[in-house]
Amino acid sequence: MSLDLILRIGTKLILPFILLFALYVQFHGDYGPGGGFQAGVITSGVVVLLTITFGLEAAQRMAPQAVVQRMIPLGVLIYAGTGVAGLLLGKNFLDYSVLGHDAVHAHELGIFLVEAGVLVTVAGTMTAIFYAFVERGR
Amino acid sequence: MLAVVTVAIVLQRHLFGVVVLTTIYSFLMASVLIVLDAVDVAMTEASVGAGISTVILLATLHLISTTEMRSFRTKVLPLVVAIGTGALLVWGTLALPPFGTADAIIHKHVGPRYLSDTIKETGVPNAVTSVLADYRGYDTLGETTVIFTAGIGVMLLLRGMRRRGRTEEGGDGQ
Repeated sequence: MSLDLILRIGTKLILPFILLFALYVQFHGDYGPGGGFQAGVITSGVVVLLTITFGLEAAQRMAPQAVVQRMIPLGVLIYAGTGVAGLLLGKNFLDYSVLGHDAVHAHELGIFLVEAGVLVTVAGTMTAIFYAFVERGR
Repeated sequence: MLAVVTVAIVLQRHLFGVVVLTTIYSFLMASVLIVLDAVDVAMTEASVGAGISTVILLATLHLISTTEMRSFRTKVLPLVVAIGTGALLVWGTLALPPFGTADAIIHKHVGPRYLSDTIKETGVPNAVTSVLADYRGYDTLGETTVIFTAGIGVMLLLRGMRRRGRTEEGGDGQ
């Protein structure tokens, strides 16, 4: 792991901003382009960059395999759970209008929860697939 | 330019070159989508098509040999099928309304309601997000499940093979 010093410092400098950009894409998806899918892929891009520069061990210290694997079903559960919450509160499946005190805010909240579910699943899946390929290659 | 890159992909025998050209194709496609004002799709194309796909394809190249095998079969039948499919698709576009017309069928059905009521009903100004996560929530749930299934499938395939390989190695060592 005697990689270029500039490369390692540069990666360290740029990683938080990539994560920040992913969060921006996630939470600004209501107002501009973006959303769970794109933010999830950008998040997994952080892990890819980390693996390329610092090796698989460093990346898996930051994003352990067990966490990544649990993220995949967790996101689907968040999404489906949002739907079931509407069902339990007396409306149709994935009808968000009962989640808040008035319908508009409830819809905003529902969209936020659903996008969070998509983010978790996509980030987990992409990272897990990447880990699987990298581990096979060794 | 898209056509040039496509021809280059077909002619390229070295798979590393093919991966790089596919990435270029994805970026060009993203630019085309931006020109068409589909910024959300362009973002997805740039991050998925050009980003993650390239990384995974390169990881795959690390596992297999990097030169395409020369095909021995005759090339006439695939050519006929490709030209036939292309001709059918072009014939299909003849029935479409001209690009950008406001009174096309897709702009008359539920589209206007989504566009005009999105802030009133959901408080989310980006209609793409509100359609994706609210009006068409079922579809997105399905998409998320597809990604979930794909991830589980790839992990099972790759790790299953690895475990089998490891036990065989262990057996040889003993």
